[in-house]
Amino acid sequence: MAVETMSGHIAPAGVVEGLPGVVTDFSSDKQAFPVHWGKAMMWIFLLSDTFIFSCFLTSYMHVRMSTTVPWPNPSEVFALSLGGQPIPLILIAIMTFILISSSGTMAMAVNYGYRRNRARTTALMLITAGFGATFVGMQAFEWTKLILEEGIRPWGNPLGAAQFGASFFMITGFHGLHVSAGVIYLVVVALRVWRGDYERAGNYEVVEIAGLYWHFVDLVWVFIFAFFYLW
Amino acid sequence: MSYVAIADQHAHLHDPQTFLTKYVWSQDHKVIAIQYMVTAMAIGLVAIVLSMMMRLQLGFPGTFHFINPSNYYQFVTMHGMIMVVYLLTALFLGGFGNYLIPLMCGARDMVFPYLNMVSYWVYLLAVLVLVASFFVPGGPTGAGWTLYPPQAILAGTPGADWGITLMLVSLAIFIVGFTMGGLNYVVTVLQARCRGMTLMRMPLSVWGIFMATILALLAFPALLVSAIMMALDNHLGTSFFMPALMSLGDPTVHKGGSPLLFQHLFWFFGHPEVYIVALPAFGIVSDLISVNARRHIFGYRMMVWAIVAIGVLSFVVWAHHMYVSGMNPYFGFFFATTTLIIAIPTALKVYNWVLTLWRGDVHLTVPMLFAIGFVFTFINGGLTGLFLGNVTVDVPLSDTYFVVAHFHMVMGVSPVLVVCGAIYHWYPKMTGRMTSVTLGKLHFWLTFLGTYAIFLPMHYLGILGLPRRYFAMGDTYFIPQSVQEMNAAISIAALFVAASQLIFLFNLAWSLKHGKPAGGNPWRATTLEWQTPDTPPRHGNWGPELPVVYRWAYEYGAPGYKDDFVPQNQPPDGRVAAKHG
Repeated sequence: MAVETMSGHIAPAGVVEGLPGVVTDFSSDKQAFPVHWGKAMMWIFLLSDTFIFSCFLTSYMHVRMSTTVPWPNPSEVFALSLGGQPIPLILIAIMTFILISSSGTMAMAVNYGYRRNRARTTALMLITAGFGATFVGMQAFEWTKLILEEGIRPWGNPLGAAQFGASFFMITGFHGLHVSAGVIYLVVVALRVWRGDYERAGNYEVVEIAGLYWHFVDLVWVFIFAFFYLW
Repeated sequence: MSYVAIADQHAHLHDPQTFLTKYVWSQDHKVIAIQYMVTAMAIGLVAIVLSMMMRLQLGFPGTFHFINPSNYYQFVTMHGMIMVVYLLTALFLGGFGNYLIPLMCGARDMVFPYLNMVSYWVYLLAVLVLVASFFVPGGPTGAGWTLYPPQAILAGTPGADWGITLMLVSLAIFIVGFTMGGLNYVVTVLQARCRGMTLMRMPLSVWGIFMATILALLAFPALLVSAIMMALDNHLGTSFFMPALMSLGDPTVHKGGSPLLFQHLFWFFGHPEVYIVALPAFGIVSDLISVNARRHIFGYRMMVWAIVAIGVLSFVVWAHHMYVSGMNPYFGFFFATTTLIIAIPTALKVYNWVLTLWRGDVHLTVPMLFAIGFVFTFINGGLTGLFLGNVTVDVPLSDTYFVVAHFHMVMGVSPVLVVCGAIYHWYPKMTGRMTSVTLGKLHFWLTFLGTYAIFLPMHYLGILGLPRRYFAMGDTYFIPQSVQEMNAAISIAALFVAASQLIFLFNLAWSLKHGKPAGGNPWRATTLEWQTPDTPPRHGNWGPELPVVYRWAYEYGAPGYKDDFVPQNQPPDGRVAAKHG
């Protein structure tokens, strides 16, 4: 089979098989991907954004490994006292749970969008946005606690390496901006769904494109969670 | 889901009516392209003036009292940054990318014209912020275009008050604006080609711009991140890049940061950046050479794969800019190897350009002169790159004039020659008029020979050990007096080259009114942009029907046709193709 494809064998229906077939399909005329251009654009934007977060995270790892001052223990810094008992990472666990849940409601919204269920799509998108807003709110709480109670500042902290606060505020801040922008984005799209814009256009792809962005923001959080809080 | 490929969608043709929507707030990719080009060339003129100031100081030290060491470093910095980012990147991708992609792919416009328009205005804002840094207290930053910390933000470096902040802000704005445009270019190439235009039928210009845009979308994030971190170090007192150190006798607030981290981030952007300006030049030169040699490009598929390979490799060579920064020797070995591997696809392209010329029916038009000139300067710069790519050779040559000569040849002069050639080539399509051939040839010879007069001697100065970025050499024992004479000669040549760019600008302005009418296809080229029903093309480019493509972009001298070229959209049975406007 491979030999045939290498020699340019063309199947009866005009389909090239094997690896050359992949190239032929991808480079066929009019479009490379059989999707709306907006979706392709969102994917490429997210790829670019991935590089931004990768640079942030690798920079954080670099300064964490190169500093000679001990790194504060995240389990202790991010612990909350509940009933007189410090529970490590409890706030972050709840935040993570909320954000992951919002991915679930977003996926349901996309599903109802393609079923042309205007009311449920709107409701689920607003729920997703609400989860996102809750996440940002809890992040604000976390920041307040760290700044006021633990004395952690971008330029230094009493617990150890100065880069701890710097990396923390920069990375979670940049991610928080992404979530906040996503909340606004979701609300705008939800209102347009409700108004019936996509019903008239006969195309709910915009909901899915917003969903792509939202899932991406969640996925980034998983990496931040793993590399910053669990390391 | 109901969704139709862009090429199959029904056209909504409307011409903007008012002056504002037609020429200022225009969403037409052709108008945006020209806005990009004019802005980029305007800021480029500033960069040329800055380089002349540097040359005046180096050629005639002590003569010009308005140039002090601080100014000199500011000139060096701003010249480099403007030329690389605000001129070449913006001109190739924002200018030619915008103009050529929809026309060459057979699209009516970019996929998201509104975002495309916003992209230009954000770029303009970035340029204005950059220009503003000339007028703030302390002036623009003098940190060198690489902006290495710690010195970039320490007091004592020129522009440490405002200049460095404005530079970082301007870069961040530029990246935001570029991302808006870049997404458009990539998605338009992928999703909005006309019927019959497969990826492997696209002209190499589009391939080069396409790949360069992908590089930019993946490389600029590193610059954005390093700009954010440096701004935090500067204003919030964080210590990402700043180690504990003394500045002007006092300890700074910083502790424990890593200056090397910045260098890694910067060059992870900086090296792809070289190819962001080189790949569009490669593509455009391929087309200029093929059209003017009346011969198909040699090894089209190889040329495409070489562009892709260079693009991929450009992400794994960045630390060859850091051989003298202190690295594990094994890293040097790795990065030297990957660097030298890039020479393979690059040399392949050079061979293919030359083989396209071989036994071609070469017409020495003005664009062709620039294209051939590019091949010369690019080979020259590429060969010195082999020296600098090797660690042991690079270490003594690092930070000498040899490096200056190398990168000016390979990513300064070469892309600029292509920019000039490309403007001469597509000017008739943009304006409907030809440029003056006499002035064009004069411009070419002055520029081409002049740049050799500037940069060839610099190789020798570098081998002699002359360090770059020095305000004045003073009495250094290993620098003979003749170096000063050579520097003076270089400066005089530089003044001539700078002045000859005025010929270029005059030619463009004069030809707008007085140039010969060009007709639709003055170069008798095959690609789609020459087959538009109107010249210059109207909003929507193609009239009611989109073109249909039947062949690749390089059908020159095919037997059995009346002309020596066959347009891409001419049907195979020989019926008359779309009328030339």
